[in-house]
Amino acid sequence: MLIIKNLHAEVEGKQILKGLNLTVNAGEVHAIMGPNGAGKSSLASVLAGRENYEVTEGEVWFEGKNLLEMAPEDRAREGVFLAFQYPVEIPGVSNINFLKTAIGEIRAYRNLPPLDAKAFLQLSKEKQKLVEFDAKLVNRSLNEGFSGGEKKRNEIFQLAMLEPLLSILDETDSGLDIDALRIVSKGVNKLRSPKNAFLIITHYQRLLEYIVPDFVHVLYDGRIVKSGTKELALELEEKGYDWLKEKEEVGTN
Amino acid sequence: MSLIQEPAIPLYDAVVKGYHTLSTAGADTEGVRRARQSAFDQWRLLGFPSIKNEDWKYTNITRYLKDEFALDGLVAGGGPVAAVAAPAGLVKKATIPGLDAFQVVLVNGVWDGKVHGASPKGELPKGIELLKVSQVLNDPAFAGYFGNGKWGNQHFAYLNTALFTDGLFIRVKDGAVIEKPLHVVHVFTADRNLLIQPRHVWVAGRNAEASVIESIVGGEGDVKLWVNSLMEIFAQTDSKLDHVVLQTAGTGVRLVQHTTVRQQKQSLYNNYTFTLPGAELVRNDLQARLEEDHTETHLYGLYLTAGGQLVDNHTLVDHQKPNCYSNELYKGVLLEKSTGVFNGKVYVHQDAQKTNAFQQNNNLVISKQATIDSKPELEIYADDVKCSHGSTVGQFSEEALFYLRARGIGEDTAKALLINAFAFDVTEKLRNEAVEHFVNELISQHIPSQTQA
Repeated sequence: MLIIKNLHAEVEGKQILKGLNLTVNAGEVHAIMGPNGAGKSSLASVLAGRENYEVTEGEVWFEGKNLLEMAPEDRAREGVFLAFQYPVEIPGVSNINFLKTAIGEIRAYRNLPPLDAKAFLQLSKEKQKLVEFDAKLVNRSLNEGFSGGEKKRNEIFQLAMLEPLLSILDETDSGLDIDALRIVSKGVNKLRSPKNAFLIITHYQRLLEYIVPDFVHVLYDGRIVKSGTKELALELEEKGYDWLKEKEEVGTN
Repeated sequence: MSLIQEPAIPLYDAVVKGYHTLSTAGADTEGVRRARQSAFDQWRLLGFPSIKNEDWKYTNITRYLKDEFALDGLVAGGGPVAAVAAPAGLVKKATIPGLDAFQVVLVNGVWDGKVHGASPKGELPKGIELLKVSQVLNDPAFAGYFGNGKWGNQHFAYLNTALFTDGLFIRVKDGAVIEKPLHVVHVFTADRNLLIQPRHVWVAGRNAEASVIESIVGGEGDVKLWVNSLMEIFAQTDSKLDHVVLQTAGTGVRLVQHTTVRQQKQSLYNNYTFTLPGAELVRNDLQARLEEDHTETHLYGLYLTAGGQLVDNHTLVDHQKPNCYSNELYKGVLLEKSTGVFNGKVYVHQDAQKTNAFQQNNNLVISKQATIDSKPELEIYADDVKCSHGSTVGQFSEEALFYLRARGIGEDTAKALLINAFAFDVTEKLRNEAVEHFVNELISQHIPSQTQA
C-alpha cells in the first residue's frame, strides 16, 4: 500500500528526514515511536502534503502512485488520512457541512455518484455510534470550543466517515485522559480491516496497549533505526530512548 | 494659494446649469423651494469631495467624475427618465427565493404604486402606509420629514436635497406590528449616463415593528449611472426596525448612499448592509443619531469586493443621550484589485453617560493587489461609559486551509468555505432564513473563480 524509499525532507532549510525507509501493507498497523525531534510528526506532514516541507530525496508510493506529486486534497481523495496532532478550529464551518463537502469531493474524484442527504445522514449516524461521537458536536462549528479530547474524537469520527485506506494518527494520544484514550482506541480498533492500514505516531507506549500494532519502528534523527514487533514498544517503555541514541552515536562514529 | 487648477467636473457644471430649470419645474411649496435653494447654495460652495476632505481621504472619486452625466428630469423631451419599466431580468436578480414578503419595485427611485405578494386585492396590512415621496413632499402634514437642512460636511446630501424628485415614503403606524417583511427593490437603468437622486423617508411609529429588505440592482451595461441616494429614518419611541440592505448593482453603477437614522427613546434599530462585487464605486454613509435615551442600535456590515471596485463604509454612531447601547460589526473580504475603506466613528457626547458602544472591523485580504483602509474613530466626552473598538487585517489561515485540503476538499472549495465562515459572524445575524440563505449564496457565487491572488 505504502512504500517509502530513502526519504529526505527539510523544513525551512533544516534537514529533518534523512533517508527513511518503510513499507506498509494492507491490513497492517505500524507504530512509529521515537524521542522528541526525531522527525515523527514531520513524516506525517510530508505524507499528507504540508507545503512548508520540502522533499529533497527519495520516493513515496501509495497504491502504485507517486504520492509526492499530488496536492494534499488528491492524497486524501486517493485514501490517505491524517489525524492531526492539533486539529484546527474553524468557526463558521459546521462539522457536518465540512464532512458533506469532503465526501462530495472525494466521491466526485473517484467518479462515484454523490451521496443523497438521506444516505449521508444515515452514514453519519452509524459512524457517530461506532466511534461514540456526541451528536451535539456534529452540528457545531468545526472544532470550535471543543475540548482536547473532543477534538481528537472528532478526528476519529472524520476518519470513520471518510473510510481511508491509510490512516496516519499523529500523536493522537497526546493530551488525552485515560477515558478519552480508551474511546479513541476503541474507535480505531473497530475501523481496522484487512483492506486498510494504520500508521500510528506516538511518543508513549500507552496508546499501543489499546491499539496493538503489528510492527513497531523507532525513528531517531530522521531515520528508522530499529524495527520489531509490539514487544519493542515495551522495551522502549522500560529503557527509554537513550540507549538507542548511544548505539546510534557508536554506530556513526 | 494653490497653483494647481482643479480640473473641471462636468457633473458640477451640469448641476449648476440645470438647477434653475429643474428646481422650478415642479410645483414645490415655498418651504420646499427654500430648502432646495439653501442646499444648492451650500453644495455650490462645497462641490464634490476630494481626498483633501478628511471623510474622503481614502476614497478618491475624481476618476468617477470624469464622465458626463445627464440630470434626471432634464433629458430629451423633458420627461423624467424614471418613467421606464423595470427590466424583468433585474427584478428577478433581486428576488429572494423562499422569501415571504410584500414587494415593491422602484425604477430610478420612482415607485409604480404596485405591491406584489400582498392580499389578492394588492392591499397592504392596515398598519403600514406606502406613498411616493413626490406625493407627500408638498403636503404640509409631512413637512416635518423633509425639513432637515443640516447636513454638515455631507456634500452629496446637499446635492440630493437640492434636486431630488422622488422616492419611497413608508410609515408604520403607532402600535402596528408588521409580521411580513417588506422587500424594496431598487432598479437603476437608463440608456444614457445619468445622475439619479432618490430620496426616501421611513417612519416607524411608536411601538411599531417592521422589517424592510432593500435590494439594489442595475447598471449591467456600459451606461454609467451615478446614484446619489438619501434616506432618513425616524425610529420613534419604542419602535423596532430591522433594515437589510443588499447592494448587488452592476459595474455601471456608482452608488453614494446616505442613511440617517434618528432614534427616539427605547427604540431598536438593526442595520445589515451587504455590498457584493459589481458597482465600481460604493460609498455608504450610515449615521445613527441616538437622540434620546435607552436606545439600542446594531450595525452589521459585510463587504465582499472584487475587480477594481472601491467600497467605502463610513458609519457614525452618535450617542447624544444616556443609557444607549450600540454594537457594530463590519467585515470585509477583498479580492482581486479591489479597495475597501472602513471608517467607523463613535461619538459619545458629554450627556451620554452609561453609554455602551462597541465596534469591530475585521478584514480578510485575499489578493496581493487588494487594499483595505480601516479606521476606527472614537470620540468620548462622557466619563462613565463602556466603549471598545478593534480592527484587524489578515489573510487566509494556512493551517485551516491545509486542514480542509487534507480532508479531500479542493483548494478553491476550501477557500470558499473559509470565506463563508469569515462572513458567517455577520450573515448569522440576519433574522430571516431566506435572506440569510440568499446572502450566503451570493457570497459563494463570487468566490470560486476569484480566489487566485
